[in-house]
Amino acid sequence: MYKYDNYDQTIVNERVAQFRDQTERFLAGKLSEEEFRPLRLMNGLYVQRHAPMLRVAIPYGLLSSKQLKMLAHIARKYDKNYAHFSTRQNLQYNWPALETVPDILADLASVEMHAIQTSGNDIRNTTSDQFAGIAKDEIEDPRPYCEIIRQWSTFHPEFSYLPRKFKIAVSGATHDRAAVQVHDIGLYLVKNDVGEVGFNVIVGGGLGRTPFIGPSIKPFIQKQDLLSYLEAVLRVYNRYGRRDNMYKARIKILVNELGKEEFARQVEEEWSHIKDGVMKIDQKEIDRVKSFFASPDYDGAAADDTSFESAKASNKAFSNWAKRNLFPHKVSGYSAVVISLKAPDTPPGDVTDEQMDYIADLSDQYSFGEIVVTHDQNLVFNNVKQSDLFSLWEKLAEKKLATPNIGLLTDMICCPGLDFCALANAGSIPIAKQINDKFDNIDYLHDIGEIKIKMSGCMNACGHHHVGHIGILGVDKKGEEFYQLTLGGSAENDASLGDRLGPGIAKEEVANVIGRILDVYVEHRQEDEKFLETYRRVGISPFKERVYASN
Amino acid sequence: MRVIKDKAVVNDDWQLIREIDTDAAVPEGKVILPFAYWQANREALLKQNSEHAVWIDGATQTEVLLDDLEHFSMIALDFPAFKDGRSYSHASLLRNRYNYKGDLRAIGDVLRDQLFFLQRCGMSSYEIRKDKDIDDALKSLQDFSVRYQAAADDALPIYRQR
Repeated sequence: MYKYDNYDQTIVNERVAQFRDQTERFLAGKLSEEEFRPLRLMNGLYVQRHAPMLRVAIPYGLLSSKQLKMLAHIARKYDKNYAHFSTRQNLQYNWPALETVPDILADLASVEMHAIQTSGNDIRNTTSDQFAGIAKDEIEDPRPYCEIIRQWSTFHPEFSYLPRKFKIAVSGATHDRAAVQVHDIGLYLVKNDVGEVGFNVIVGGGLGRTPFIGPSIKPFIQKQDLLSYLEAVLRVYNRYGRRDNMYKARIKILVNELGKEEFARQVEEEWSHIKDGVMKIDQKEIDRVKSFFASPDYDGAAADDTSFESAKASNKAFSNWAKRNLFPHKVSGYSAVVISLKAPDTPPGDVTDEQMDYIADLSDQYSFGEIVVTHDQNLVFNNVKQSDLFSLWEKLAEKKLATPNIGLLTDMICCPGLDFCALANAGSIPIAKQINDKFDNIDYLHDIGEIKIKMSGCMNACGHHHVGHIGILGVDKKGEEFYQLTLGGSAENDASLGDRLGPGIAKEEVANVIGRILDVYVEHRQEDEKFLETYRRVGISPFKERVYASN
Repeated sequence: MRVIKDKAVVNDDWQLIREIDTDAAVPEGKVILPFAYWQANREALLKQNSEHAVWIDGATQTEVLLDDLEHFSMIALDFPAFKDGRSYSHASLLRNRYNYKGDLRAIGDVLRDQLFFLQRCGMSSYEIRKDKDIDDALKSLQDFSVRYQAAADDALPIYRQR
C-alpha cells in the first residue's frame, strides 16, 4: 500500500497543528459556531445527537494492520470501545469529546492517517472496489489512481468551498463493485479501440433527495489527463453550481439543468486550456505510485492445496461460509475473504476495539497485514492461501466475525439513523435488528440468495436505499416512524433507481412486509433467477398486490 | 485602513465603494468601484489621471473584465459569505489564464482560516472582516509548508520534487 514520505507526513502533521489551533480558538470564543462549523466539518467532525462524531478517512478503504490497531486504540482511549464503518469506506467514532479531537488526529497522523475532507463541501475520500488488485475481471488496479486523486484533492485551494460535497469513485474491473454511477464523478478504467487503458468519465450521479444515475460525458481520456479533466469538471461546477439552495447544489442538478451535452461542452472548453499544462501527470509519477501497489510474494505452491476442498466436504458450517464469504482470486490457490460485520445482534458495520485488534493480528498472520473496508460495511482480507481458510474461519468465528451472510438478506447496508444521527427522521438500526430476528434461518437465507437491502433513516440517503434491491427509507409522519420501500434498485453496471412500492409501512411491520416480498419472489422465480432478475421480469404489481392486499 | 498585502499588515488608502448610482459623479481618489459603474462610466474614468480598481461579485464571470485588465491596478473579489467559493475560481483564472499582474484583493467575509487557500489561488491582499484581529489572521498564510497540487501561486505538483 502507499507509504507516506516526508511531504505527506508534513502535511498531516501541519494539519493537526492547524486544527488544534482552530479548536482552541473556538473554545476560547474567538471563532463563532458558524465560523467553526465548516472548519470542523472539513475535518470530519460533526455535532450529533449525543456527542460529536468524528469520521476518519480510509483512502479507498485500504488499511494496514498497524493502522487498524491504532483505530482500536482510539476507540478504547477516546470513545466507548467501538467504532462504525461507513459506506464511504471510512470509520466513524460516535462519542469523542471535542477537546480530545486534536489528540486523536495526532494519534492518527502517527500511523499515516487523518480525517481531512471526510465531510464538508469539498472533495471527499475517493472510494473504490474492495477487490482491487486481486479480482480476475480487473482491467487495471484502480488504487494508484485513487491515491493520485487523493493527493491532488487534499487541500485543493480552489475546490475547498464548493457548492456542496463531492464524491469520486474509481473502478478498474468489468464488474462495478464501487457504485460508480451514483457518484458526483465516477471513473471506469476501460480499454479503447487501440487497446490503450484510460478512463470513462461519468458525472452527475448521486442519491440523496434527487437521485440520478450519472451519464458518461467522456467515454475515454488518457491516464495522463486524469487530473486536468477532473480539474475542468470541478471548475465548471465551482463556478456555475447552484448556491442558492443546498438541496439543489450537487453537481447532478447542474448536469441535469444544463443537459449532459451542454455540460460536457463546457467541461471540454475549460479542459482545452489546461489539458497540456502542468496538470498533465508525468508517467514517472504514475509508475512511482503504482510501485506501492505491487502484488505481494505469493506462494507458488499454494494451488497444490487439497485441504480446503476436504474441509468443505466434511464441515457444513465451514462450507456455508466458504460459499458466501469468499471471492475468487486472480492467483490460483488464493482467495479473498470477506469478514462479515453483520452479525445478527450487532448494528451493521460496528466493530469493537477488541475485534479490531484481533482482525489486525489475523491479517498479519494470514493476509500480508492488509485489510480493506467495503462500501457495504464489511472487511476484506484479499490475499489468503486456501490452505489457511479453515483455520482463519475458526478464528474469526471465535469473535463473531464469521457470519456466513455476504450478499444475503442480512448483509444490509444501514446508516446510523435516529440512534445517533442529528439529521435522521427514523431509526435504521432497530429495523436491521427486526430483520435479523425474523430471518434467522441460514438455510432460508441461502435459498433466497443474493439480495441487497439498503436502509437510510432519512432522505439524505447515506444508506443508499435508492439502489437497494429492496430499499428502505425511514420517514417521520406526525412524530411516528414509517418506512417507505422501493424495489429493483441497483448500484452495479446495470445501475437503476428502485421503484416505490406504495404508502409507508408501520415500523413493526417492516420485516413482515419483506417476508411477503420474498414469498412473491420465491413463487415467481425461474430456476436460478436472483431477486433482482425476477423483479425486473415480473415488475412491481405482484409485490404491490401482496403487500397491500393483506394489510 | 490596515490590510494584509504581500504577507504583511500594511496601511492602505484604497477606499471600497460598495454602492454608487451609475449616473453619479465620478468619485475622486483611490477608489474601488463596482464593475457596473466602471462599465457605465468607462470613458470618463479613463480620462482621469489616476489608478483604477473595480470589484466584482461571485456571479460576475471574470471574462467580462478581459478587455479592461490593463487599466486596473487592483481587482477586488467579493465574498458575500466566506463559504461562497466562486471567487477562488475567479482568482485562479485571472492569475493563471488571463495573466493579470495587478493586486487581487479579497473583500467581504474574509477570515483567517481561508487565507491560505485564497493565497494559493493568486490573491495578493486581504481586507479582513472588521471584527477580527488582522495580525492574528496573518499567521494563517503559513499554515502549510507543503502543497500537493499546482495552483496559481506558481507551485508545481509536489511529485516533481520527489
